[in-house]
Amino acid sequence: MSDGLFAVRGLSCMRGDKTLFAGLNLDLRPGEALHVKGPNGLGKTTLLRALCGLSRPVRGEIRWRGEKVSDLGEEFTAEVAYIGHLNGIQGDLTASENLRLASQIFTRRGQEGLSAGEALERVGLRAQAGRPARHLSQGQKRRLALARLLVLRRPLWVLDEPFTALDVASVGSLSSLIGEHMAGGGLALVVSHQAFDLPGIRDFELAQYCRARK
Amino acid sequence: MIADLLGGMRAVFVRELLVFWRRSTEVMTALVFFVIVTTLFPLAIGPERRELMLVAPGVLWVAALLATTLSLNHLFASDYQDGSLEQVLMSPYPLSAMVLAKIAAHWVLTGLPLALLSPLLAIQMALPTKAIGTLVGSLLLGTPTLTLIGAVPAALTLGVRGGGVLVSLLVLPLYTPVLIFGAEAVAASAGQGFASVAHLSLLGAFLALALSFAPWASSAALRVSLD
Repeated sequence: MSDGLFAVRGLSCMRGDKTLFAGLNLDLRPGEALHVKGPNGLGKTTLLRALCGLSRPVRGEIRWRGEKVSDLGEEFTAEVAYIGHLNGIQGDLTASENLRLASQIFTRRGQEGLSAGEALERVGLRAQAGRPARHLSQGQKRRLALARLLVLRRPLWVLDEPFTALDVASVGSLSSLIGEHMAGGGLALVVSHQAFDLPGIRDFELAQYCRARK
Repeated sequence: MIADLLGGMRAVFVRELLVFWRRSTEVMTALVFFVIVTTLFPLAIGPERRELMLVAPGVLWVAALLATTLSLNHLFASDYQDGSLEQVLMSPYPLSAMVLAKIAAHWVLTGLPLALLSPLLAIQMALPTKAIGTLVGSLLLGTPTLTLIGAVPAALTLGVRGGGVLVSLLVLPLYTPVLIFGAEAVAASAGQGFASVAHLSLLGAFLALALSFAPWASSAALRVSLD
């Protein structure tokens, strides 16, 4: 029916009693990425949370490798890396402990990505490896959260405003990370208001699925 | 597969221990609360051994129960605030297994020290020496049940204003069966009455029951709270 690795058909989501969007269709093949766009309050975060299984959509179906996500359960979440507004970093643990434990908790044996040290090196936090995460700056925390993507090595990246608090150089290196991920056959969904340079990423206007907008 | 799951649960357990260790004040609060509350009773009632002995099982158990309730807020709240909990929902393992590992770590740092400390407080409450073994045993069986049951409202009230007080209101009625049989077990072995084995067996049964339903119920509650 759908040839995309990740396919969404007729998705509707509500917040409270207000329908945010309805009849949303989306297809992603290996190596593809979408830049989800739209003004504030349109439901971009809700969309991402629904797509990675954190919240339940009102209607519609999401398929991963041709199977319904709701039937797959953990088999699906095991393939998704979600970076939300919150960094998911435990402030009392050091940067490298955060990554090492994430790797132990969230990856099955044989599916590990980079080691904590390598991932910290990639995001430029090597010198901060032994510091408690709460002593890091906002941008450094964000980079630490993004380093988790490298540690977990999951095929579908769902990134909600990943560039928040990042400096110009980090924005560049993050977009090249996403580029590498795509080149390796990975999928990515990125919500961002910030412009970033990434060849091959498609724009996705959420507004086209929102009928009644205030 | 099972080895992977156990590895994941062990990692959650280690993470919790490490985090709580770094924040030892939070762990100590519940313990110090337990000590202070039980110390207040001899001061209020007076040093009369016979009177103290009479209320000792009840006082020790109520204090342990309140201390556990006090510690429930730390179970999920900080992980909820920093977004770690969201990430746990994205784990490749069943959420209930992750929650069970979290609860186990929480008990090791709150319930277990409480049970180990109780003999000292029992002496202060003039509890007969022969009942001290039963007291420790009943707390070792009872406090994990309390933590397991408490995890459900703790998960449900995440993000709710005044959640801390709400947890206590929700959870205290659910604690009454454990309290009744826990205190009764200690009283039985302190007095000449019935053997305490029956009460302890019932506490064991409660624990088994809580183990089978609480991780599942609190993971369902977490999904609701994070939706």
